[in-house]
Amino acid sequence: MAGGRGELPTWVDVALIPLLNLTVALLVAGLVVIIIGENPFEALGIMLNGALGSIKGWSYMLYYATNFVFTGLAVAVAFHAGLFNIGCEGQAYIAGLGAALVGLGLEFLPWPIVIPLAILASAIFGAFWAWVPGYLQAKRGSHIVITTIMFNFIAASLMIYLINNYLRPVTRMAVESREITGAYILSFREIAMQFFGLRLPSTPLNLTVFLAALAAWAVWYLLWRTELGYEIRAVGANPAAAIYAGIKTDRIIMITMAISGGLAGLMAVNEVLGVQHRLLLEFVGGAGFVGIAVALMGRSHPLGIVLSAMLFGLLYQGGTELSFAKPLISRDMIVVIQGLVILFMGALEYAFRPALARIFVHVED
Amino acid sequence: MTPAIELIGIDKRFGAVHANKDVTLTIAQGSIHGIIGENGAGKSTLMSILFGFYHADKGEIKIKGQPVKIHSSADAISHGIGMVHQHFMLVDPFTVLENVVLGAEGGRLIGPALAKARDELTRLAHDYELDVDPDALVGELPVGLQQRVEILKALFKGAETLILDEPTGVLTPDEADHLFRILGQLRDQGKTVILITHKLREIMAITDRVSVMRRGELVATKETKETSVEELAELMVGRSVLLRVKKGPAKPGNVVLDVKNLTWKDRKGTPRVDDVSFTVRSGEIVGIAGVSGNGQSELLELISGISRPTSGQIIFEGKDIGILGDPRHVREEGLAHVPEDRQHRGLISSFDASESGILGWHYDESLGRGFRLDRQAVIARSKKEMQEFDVRPADPLLKSAKFSGGNQQKIILAREIERDPDLLIVGQPTRGVDIGAIEFIHKRLIALRDQGKAILLVSVELDEVRSLSDRILVMFAGRIMGERGPEADERELGLLMAGVSKDAA
Repeated sequence: MAGGRGELPTWVDVALIPLLNLTVALLVAGLVVIIIGENPFEALGIMLNGALGSIKGWSYMLYYATNFVFTGLAVAVAFHAGLFNIGCEGQAYIAGLGAALVGLGLEFLPWPIVIPLAILASAIFGAFWAWVPGYLQAKRGSHIVITTIMFNFIAASLMIYLINNYLRPVTRMAVESREITGAYILSFREIAMQFFGLRLPSTPLNLTVFLAALAAWAVWYLLWRTELGYEIRAVGANPAAAIYAGIKTDRIIMITMAISGGLAGLMAVNEVLGVQHRLLLEFVGGAGFVGIAVALMGRSHPLGIVLSAMLFGLLYQGGTELSFAKPLISRDMIVVIQGLVILFMGALEYAFRPALARIFVHVED
Repeated sequence: MTPAIELIGIDKRFGAVHANKDVTLTIAQGSIHGIIGENGAGKSTLMSILFGFYHADKGEIKIKGQPVKIHSSADAISHGIGMVHQHFMLVDPFTVLENVVLGAEGGRLIGPALAKARDELTRLAHDYELDVDPDALVGELPVGLQQRVEILKALFKGAETLILDEPTGVLTPDEADHLFRILGQLRDQGKTVILITHKLREIMAITDRVSVMRRGELVATKETKETSVEELAELMVGRSVLLRVKKGPAKPGNVVLDVKNLTWKDRKGTPRVDDVSFTVRSGEIVGIAGVSGNGQSELLELISGISRPTSGQIIFEGKDIGILGDPRHVREEGLAHVPEDRQHRGLISSFDASESGILGWHYDESLGRGFRLDRQAVIARSKKEMQEFDVRPADPLLKSAKFSGGNQQKIILAREIERDPDLLIVGQPTRGVDIGAIEFIHKRLIALRDQGKAILLVSVELDEVRSLSDRILVMFAGRIMGERGPEADERELGLLMAGVSKDAA
């Protein structure tokens, strides 16, 4: 390669750059904490202790991470096909409808049948909500970024309407569905109680965490060990070469979006079937957007996504603890850090790259 | 009289490519100076240096005798140099007036500049036959008028020297004639015009002097009156040593590919491949010569199924594959394709070599049953092909981008040849490839021919076409200008490539 652009060693690309970006994001966040009038080191201490200092902290961290793995994988799969799916928020939201409809509607069936069906319904509803923008891009040329953003709004309005008018029991004030009593996913607390007689702190962590791990493996397998994955990556890396190879790019765009939406949809399994056992208004709570930061930070690789999802889980849990301990710092601080990570990982990715390229090209000479 | 422009010892490299080698060129004030050469000869690079797009590694530029440093197009414009690019730099939804003013607004309010430009346009229209409606939207103008807007833009900014890069490529003959009249008037009014082209006839028609470039070097500068089309063709193509491959006579067999009246029109309705008919038999190499951009790329894309013909047939082993319009099906019929542009189509730079080595065959059952892709099988296959084709380094896990041009080409060639196709279509097999690899690739192609395979070769390197082909077709402006044997005279082929045909006349 002719110098100039500077190919970096792999470890720099996958480890050093994300780490640097995170550090800078934290430093800037630290400055914000100073401006608020608190000690940033103390704040960091509270956050770390809040997330890693107890079983409860760990459980919450992993619960958040479960959501972020799904949405992070969703964003990453689309990235590999060169698509920017910003609609995970809406896809997960619509998927919640699938989970709830099956969970509530098929309650008369035994749970080993209902739960797989509900999981499948989540994935299918999410997939459909992403497939439509995929179709519009592939066949009609509408840009996926615009359509997925718009589909978030459509999902939000649609869900308010459906929950309020059709799923909410008339006697209830809150905008939410009736409780799913028959088929829900067990939490670790219940498992420990029922099978081992142990008392665990009450946390939302449930068996869906294993589904997340499975999904991460499945995405890796799909992308690097199947023909479809090869085609997805080819379309993303070089559409002209993909066409030369006889790959139907339109088809791949639609399939990839459906897979992406399906993964985002699984996030609803964690929330609706695993934690709330009902369909709540706005239960996604921004996890779809966090997925973008997670995928960026995880370099669109499932392993990286698992790690960065845990990091964001840590920030969320630690941030909650921090907002209890320091009333001056609200939980929105985490949103600030998250925003900074997206800023440094995405928008300013090239801020450090040229300098690093100079250093490493020099070293290699 | 001091020359308008002097380029002294200009040298420019792009990585391994030596685009301009110590070029010294003097352009007289008030003249039309042509620069000709094949694609990749370094004409555009040289002009881009003059216009501030690139910076020369070495050398000096003098304008009217004064040494100048040109770091950007703004510098060039301030020194009175204007450029009309091959692909216009116009804002379609803007009016002619707004486009002309673009970059010379001269203040926060646009009004005064527009008023001034309107007066100026009227004057220019009068002086140089450059009539355009100042209020027309540029996007709605025909190409010929868009080009006039480009010229007006340059003149409005005070250009004394006007560079035109392949200006007639997009024009009809009538529009071209009008352009030449305009250029003549510009010269008569004391402006200097530099005309970059590969069309010999244009050079002969309007230039005062002509410089020939070949492989980055300026090989000659002639007074147009004292030279001839034949001499220029020879200079352009070069008498450099032929890399002749040893090969026996061809033993052509059955017709494998039969192209009949093939036509393909682009979105604007311009035929880019125009009523092309030819055949390729087994055991022979048919070469298509021509200056790039004359429909060869489109022809390759049609035959390989990437695009669908507007009309005509592509009969491959008795079957019309044109109507398939699908590279995968075409490939399964037994056709292999080494695309012209390695980086763009042939491989995927961010994939490792083993993955690029299965592009187009990734679904093959030998690489994993069903939907699976067996990584070990992919790597093993790649390793075997790398040894067979002497790819260096023979590392299937190295990123495709990290191989040299020659080795990338061997990876692609290995992939396509190993499939044992009945017909191989090859575009620019040795573009940007080092000498050693060229020889290897040529030998491989000959060996394939001797196995009784049919080969269709497209190359802008005339030497290559001549040394490999058993029959040569020359393409110009989407049409086949004629067929010649491999022993055909270089000069004659050069003329055909420039669109001068005794057959046609």
